[in-house]
Amino acid sequence: MSDIDIRHLTALAQLKLSEVEAEAVAGDLARIIDMVDQMQAMDTEGVRPLAHPLDTAARLRPDEVTEIVDRDLYQAGAPETEDGLYLVPRVVE
Amino acid sequence: MQWEAVIGLEVHVQLATKSKIFSGAATAFGAEPNTQACPVDLGLPGVLPVLNEEVVRMAVTFGLAIGAEINPYSVFDRKNYFYPDLPKGYQISQFADPIVGRGHLTIQLEGQPPRRVEITRAHLEEDAGKSLHEAFAGKTGIDLNRAGTPLLEVVSEPDLRSAAEAAAYFRQMHSLVRHLKICDGNLAEGSMRCDANVSVRPRGQTELGERTEIKNVNSFRFLELAINYEIERQIHILDAGGRVERDTRLYDAERNETRSMRSKELSNDYRYFPDPDLLPVHLDEAFIESVRRELPELPGEKQARYQSEFGLSDYDAGFLTQDPDLAGYYEAVAASAGDAKLAANWVMGELSAALNRADLTPDACPLPAASLGTLIRRIQDGTISGKIAKGLFEKLWSAGVDGQTPDVDAIIESEGLTQVSDTGEIAAIIDEIVAANPAQVEQFKTGKEKVLGFFVGQVMKATQGKANPQMVNELLREALARQD
Repeated sequence: MSDIDIRHLTALAQLKLSEVEAEAVAGDLARIIDMVDQMQAMDTEGVRPLAHPLDTAARLRPDEVTEIVDRDLYQAGAPETEDGLYLVPRVVE
Repeated sequence: MQWEAVIGLEVHVQLATKSKIFSGAATAFGAEPNTQACPVDLGLPGVLPVLNEEVVRMAVTFGLAIGAEINPYSVFDRKNYFYPDLPKGYQISQFADPIVGRGHLTIQLEGQPPRRVEITRAHLEEDAGKSLHEAFAGKTGIDLNRAGTPLLEVVSEPDLRSAAEAAAYFRQMHSLVRHLKICDGNLAEGSMRCDANVSVRPRGQTELGERTEIKNVNSFRFLELAINYEIERQIHILDAGGRVERDTRLYDAERNETRSMRSKELSNDYRYFPDPDLLPVHLDEAFIESVRRELPELPGEKQARYQSEFGLSDYDAGFLTQDPDLAGYYEAVAASAGDAKLAANWVMGELSAALNRADLTPDACPLPAASLGTLIRRIQDGTISGKIAKGLFEKLWSAGVDGQTPDVDAIIESEGLTQVSDTGEIAAIIDEIVAANPAQVEQFKTGKEKVLGFFVGQVMKATQGKANPQMVNELLREALARQD
């Protein structure tokens, strides 16, 4: 089980790995996939996929505005802001 | 080669809740940037999403209205991608187990039979923030107020065969969600947005051609223009022996063309998995039934009722039921006027024209329905003529715009608008006019029927439009017949 496209995966995860790191990660991933393959051998016919380990239903909240937003406080940790906006490096040409 | 277009739509319906889908921050439109983005919306570490119950109720309302199966068990998943206006690096959405299953919506193009369009599913998700690329040199500004706003994404089957059908489907969806009061329907503010998947294939072929996706259209007209452009573009490529590339495109209304976004080569690999922060949603039969009992009259049902109860044509009933506020206004006018057909004519004619001119939606109509109803009643009982009524309508409208609620009968009285139906009075005026225009009398006698119009005009002028037109016609013919 070695046909892992490590470059595709690092691009999706936005990670920059050196050749050496990439090779090591590919090896680790291959072992994880081996484990998943072993699990796939189980007969799961008629078993509903588990969406959550807790066997209970979502609790809902009423539709009320409860959050008071302190913008200055929340933006204090941002690298750059202007006119109330968060600024990031330009994402389109 | 004869080509056939195949179109499927994804409509994003912004649910009209007060607070966000997973947080207690406000959803109001137009607030100062980032003043409605709380720690959950910002994706700060350690926060947890909690589902808004109103969002669930609205999704179930929609599902029942399109005759869909409501899934008693639905799951929220993470859709993973990176973009600065998506702070968490994933969007909470639904993938394998959406809340609403298969349903359908019926559309009708003018002069064609109704057509049923299958809906694959509808799922809940959170909206992303807004990126502002223009305002800052070399930077992009991010406003996260919209992040976490609840959306219901409605996915149709590729059942639509023309841009006109796609626009009709979008319109019908707009009408439905407004009747259901689950969305304010404000297209300009982005409350409904639409993605169109478009492909073409040789007519008669069952296999689908390669498709492109037009993103983020928020106008019925632009949707139609964008799809027509895209169909033409694809046919042009195929006719020249080329191949359509799978692509995501944006519509440019100024140039009326679609352009490739060229940004998502790596996309469509969203690595969905169940969000461990959220438990599955369980809906019991009792809850679903309670929502079903609260369903309002749907646009199609209302249209059928207008035809059977008020005797309106298919077209008129469709026009009046498109907008729930216009429908409510019409019903109030009809009840007050006591004549549903005449009420329909006035609401579809003068009133709609006045609303358009003033760029107002029906819910902001300045003229009370009861005033228009009284005006129509006064035409019916012969107090005023139809012509006078049009002038009176303008007066009432202006008064309404100035914030007054005019007394219709008092205006008719004080301005002397009452129709003259006194035979003697009209006959006397006619005699004078006939005597004063011997040349026209001669023409009439030689068979020039058109001259009658001249005489009617003269009488109306003399009575300032207040003579009962039917009576004028009868008396004129009699008077002219008496001339030897």
